[in-house]
Amino acid sequence: MMKQKEANPREPIFHIVKRDAIVWWKAWLIRAAAIVAALLVSAVLTVFLTGENPLDVFSSLIDGAIGTSRRFWFLIQNTAMLLCVALAVTPAFKMKFWNIGAEGQALIGGMATAACMIQLGDKLPYGVLLPLMFIASVLAGSIWALIPALFKAKWNTNETLFTLMMNYIAIQIVSFFASEWAVPKGSGKIGVINGDTQAGWLPVIGNQKYLLSVITVAVITVIMYIYLKYSKQGYEISVVGESQNTARYVGISVKKVIIRTMIISGAICGIAGFLLVAGADHTITRDTVAGRGFTAIMVSWLAKFNPLYMVLTSLLIVFLERGAVQISTSCGLNDSFSEIITGIIIFFIIGCEFFLNYSIKFRDKEADKQ
Amino acid sequence: MIATFIHRAVMQGIPLLFGSTGEIITEKSGNLNLGIPGIMYVGGISGVIGAFLYEHNLAGDPNPFLIIAIPLLSSLLGSLVMGLIYCFLTVTLRANQNVTGLALTTFGVGIGNFFGGSLIKLVDTDMPSITLSKTSSYFSKTFPFADNLGWFGEIFLSYSFLAYSAIIIALLASYIIKNTRAGLNLRAVGENPATADAAGINVNRYKYFATCIGSMVAGLGGLYYVMDYACGIWSNDAFGDRGWLAIALVIFAVWRPNISIIGSILFGGLFIIHNYFENLGMSAQELFKMAPYIVTLIVLIIVSMRNKKENQPPESLGLSYFREER
Repeated sequence: MMKQKEANPREPIFHIVKRDAIVWWKAWLIRAAAIVAALLVSAVLTVFLTGENPLDVFSSLIDGAIGTSRRFWFLIQNTAMLLCVALAVTPAFKMKFWNIGAEGQALIGGMATAACMIQLGDKLPYGVLLPLMFIASVLAGSIWALIPALFKAKWNTNETLFTLMMNYIAIQIVSFFASEWAVPKGSGKIGVINGDTQAGWLPVIGNQKYLLSVITVAVITVIMYIYLKYSKQGYEISVVGESQNTARYVGISVKKVIIRTMIISGAICGIAGFLLVAGADHTITRDTVAGRGFTAIMVSWLAKFNPLYMVLTSLLIVFLERGAVQISTSCGLNDSFSEIITGIIIFFIIGCEFFLNYSIKFRDKEADKQ
Repeated sequence: MIATFIHRAVMQGIPLLFGSTGEIITEKSGNLNLGIPGIMYVGGISGVIGAFLYEHNLAGDPNPFLIIAIPLLSSLLGSLVMGLIYCFLTVTLRANQNVTGLALTTFGVGIGNFFGGSLIKLVDTDMPSITLSKTSSYFSKTFPFADNLGWFGEIFLSYSFLAYSAIIIALLASYIIKNTRAGLNLRAVGENPATADAAGINVNRYKYFATCIGSMVAGLGGLYYVMDYACGIWSNDAFGDRGWLAIALVIFAVWRPNISIIGSILFGGLFIIHNYFENLGMSAQELFKMAPYIVTLIVLIIVSMRNKKENQPPESLGLSYFREER
């Protein structure tokens, strides 16, 4: 394709053809090959930096991810949270609305939860407080997503940049309240909210702190799968994503779909914020969402916007992240090692998509000889 | 007082100016590179690694040429590699630009913090940061006579060579984009690659060159931040969200590097203005830090409402170009 200026003027050495469809096992083979290649590169890098035996490195990766029951649950909880945010961005992305504001939407949802816990924790009974927190988070998240959607629908304002800015406004709002309600005053940190009364903490079921969050996310996953695949609204989202002109032609109101979908997207982000604050951290800082809003985009995109595949992709990313953290502690490396590994893996998976969509045809050797 | 404020606003603004100039050059080719924050980290840390190796293998006095050239070249090289990764994935392999850019940011920030953390271990100190005072003293040299000229010297002459090059690069980029054949072709590629292709412009080559040059310019922002603004001290995550602010500045400047000179100083001022209000509580300071983002949002909204042709983002921004799919 790019070598057309070579000596042979008749035909380039290879050219690229778009594939119509690829057999499912071939697609998975290519993806698996990409992951293996990425792991090899990461292993070479790790061995180069630490000088350790590569097998030890991999065993400490697995140990870090699922070595103990505590680590295992931490892995599951982290996967569930990442999955929840990924589910939230999916309908928007399917509509080709580049919502990179999930970070802010989830954070503002978490902020709403924390605000209810702090302000109403000792005033309302548990049975009222918890639903109220949930509703507040969902509302906060959807409003945060609705604002860019309205501008997009009305004036076609660039949503990527708009949602990006909304992230930082949310972060500053959280910083503001964190220092306003700081305990002790002046520390700039809220600390564990209602540590003594546990008011507004998500109930512990089955002796597992995170089980309820995980179940909630599982339910959202199934609902989202059905919504996108079988509902009329889900179909409208795909049509708008494929071609806005087609959508208008068949009588779909593009504005309405954009606004409705973003409200859903923001609402699920709000739930993620609620689960993070009420179910896990019991506090809020500007880092509560911890970049999940951005990682979630990669999770959703790698899974081709299919909620069921997203379980796998989010598990893969969190697994590597937790594992790489373990490698860095056991080898005395810096924590950020996991970000490098995650980056490499994603580069490879992004790159392999090309080979799923296109095939490379080399010049026919026989024809060459004639 | 006002002169000091302007001086500090400019110092804050220069990294943003480098970043936004780089991103404008990139976006003009139709590539929305959300990896800029990561690239700026890599530009910073590559310069630090170069300077670190040079300073620690140094016996006598540093050679004034090498102590500038080594960090500068390693910084350029680091950000060039990042630009190439982005191009290879989005242009050659036609991957999604948003996803690639975000992955690049994760990767770049990881590289910055990882090597920052590892170099700290090499020097065997308890300090949480690396200090490169020798290199920094060369990088932050200003005009020797600036101090004698009062407020004039403080506002206009009290910066290092990298700061002036930021402004020169921005003006140059503006000129090239607006007035030269290469700039016209570049804009054509960003607006409508299919038309550009039909007119015989090599779309991929323009995308590669613009993105790589843009990355290198942005990387210098990281270098400036460490070597001049932070006095040669690298501490992890200190660079913060400046990369995203640089992307915000692109919108503020409506895709014109010359406007982004003024914009960067304004943003720099907004960034530090909370220090200049007396009796401002800690929490109110946090609200003031929102200002640059809100200003950007307002500009973004106004630009889209007025809908003037010359103030819009490049038409095919964020879309990969497939010749076969026209």
